[in-house]
Amino acid sequence: MGDDIMSYNGGVALAMKGKECVAIACDKRYGVQNRTIATNFTKIFQYGDHCFVALCGLATDVQTVSERLKFRTNLYELREQRKLKPIVLYNMLTNLLYERRFGPYFVYALVAGLDPKTGETFVYDSDNIGAISDNVNLATVGTASDFIFGLGELFFKPNMNPDELFEATSQALLNGVDRDSASGWGAIVYVIEKDKITLRELKGRQD
Amino acid sequence: MALANVLGFNSNDGFNRSLQCKKTDANIDEFCPKLNIDNIANFITLPPYADPAKYLKMINENVDRVKIKFLKGTTTLAFKFRNGVIVAVDSRATAGGFIASGEVKKVIEINPYLLGTMAGGAADCAFWERVLARHCRIYELRNKEKISVAAASKILANMIFEYRGMGLSMGTMIVGWDKRGPGLYMVSDDGERISDNLFSVGSGSIYAYSILDAGYKYDMSTNDAIDLARRAIVHAAHRDAASGNIVRIYHMKETGWEKIEEKDTNDYMYQYLEDKTMNF
Repeated sequence: MGDDIMSYNGGVALAMKGKECVAIACDKRYGVQNRTIATNFTKIFQYGDHCFVALCGLATDVQTVSERLKFRTNLYELREQRKLKPIVLYNMLTNLLYERRFGPYFVYALVAGLDPKTGETFVYDSDNIGAISDNVNLATVGTASDFIFGLGELFFKPNMNPDELFEATSQALLNGVDRDSASGWGAIVYVIEKDKITLRELKGRQD
Repeated sequence: MALANVLGFNSNDGFNRSLQCKKTDANIDEFCPKLNIDNIANFITLPPYADPAKYLKMINENVDRVKIKFLKGTTTLAFKFRNGVIVAVDSRATAGGFIASGEVKKVIEINPYLLGTMAGGAADCAFWERVLARHCRIYELRNKEKISVAAASKILANMIFEYRGMGLSMGTMIVGWDKRGPGLYMVSDDGERISDNLFSVGSGSIYAYSILDAGYKYDMSTNDAIDLARRAIVHAAHRDAASGNIVRIYHMKETGWEKIEEKDTNDYMYQYLEDKTMNF
């Protein structure tokens, strides 16, 4: 901690797949090194009916990247006259990040989404210069991601229903952040289904 | 251990020898004197380079391939009031951003009427306050009288001063009750030793001071004093990422210390939120 830009502000996010549903969750801390400044800083952004992105790392770049991505997705939907799909969003994001290959944004990213017709689910992650990943079952980025990865793999089962998925995601996140000093202070969880999106706020430890 | 040394009891010589070490490596095989109260400094190996503090800084700054992280980040406080001294601490140990433990005992019970607090390096505080406990016990046996808080804290300060500039990391408060009444001293790794009515030490101390300064009165009741100390620790646990988990509170009285409570700070945060007495 301290000299590392990626853990200057703290924060973590997690995405997990279920059967025709995906969950994406993040903590709510915004801090400067050890000093907790706000506990309402969420890192998940919605870019379409079933498309979500979580950005973790340097808070100023989280805001910049999210706004620039908003600009580009809006322009895409206007120019192409069709809805944004998760894979398109992911390609736009990784391209945006790679444009700064030699002076990168200090954010890691998650993309979670769902095809509302087929129910096909999408979870991708990326590093700060836009490395592309496979469509995975579980992805996590941020200061507590090491701990959450272990817990996520423990709680994950294939083909979970939305309630099971919510439970697994929440447990992995809340227990993971309890081992990290730079993230926590509450959490939010989105569960994305074909016909609805549920946002739940979790009470978390306040230390 | 202390009594055994005074009586010259030494059945475990092999074990003792393995602990002994002369100041320089060249003399390591020479005859080593027995560990006793006057030469304890000779038994800790001094670093084999010119400027130890600079070297420690270097290995912490990742210049070397190995990066060593020390346990740091704490909130501790103690204050005198009408009915004695209140001591309160958190229980978190962090190594970098990782919470290595959430149930560290940062109050060291030196004896039934002396307490020490732990901030900075856990190993340094634990070791030197253990040595202090031994000194205090021997003082009692020699003089048939309890050691004063002033004397105890000065013994610690003098020992720490021997190692000044070598990278010790500790900010400790020595709390007790002696014939002069309640005693409170802060001893830090640069050899400083000061007495006052109110101290807070550690990364969360700035947050604890804010609550203490707003609510501290020397003439407050015991219950109010405990509540103030708890709120200060809980507030620091909330704001400071390196403090948290359990709050431990002790009360130093004429009859010695009493443990008041050991409870999760998080429960108090939600309770204070419900009471609307604190606004997180």
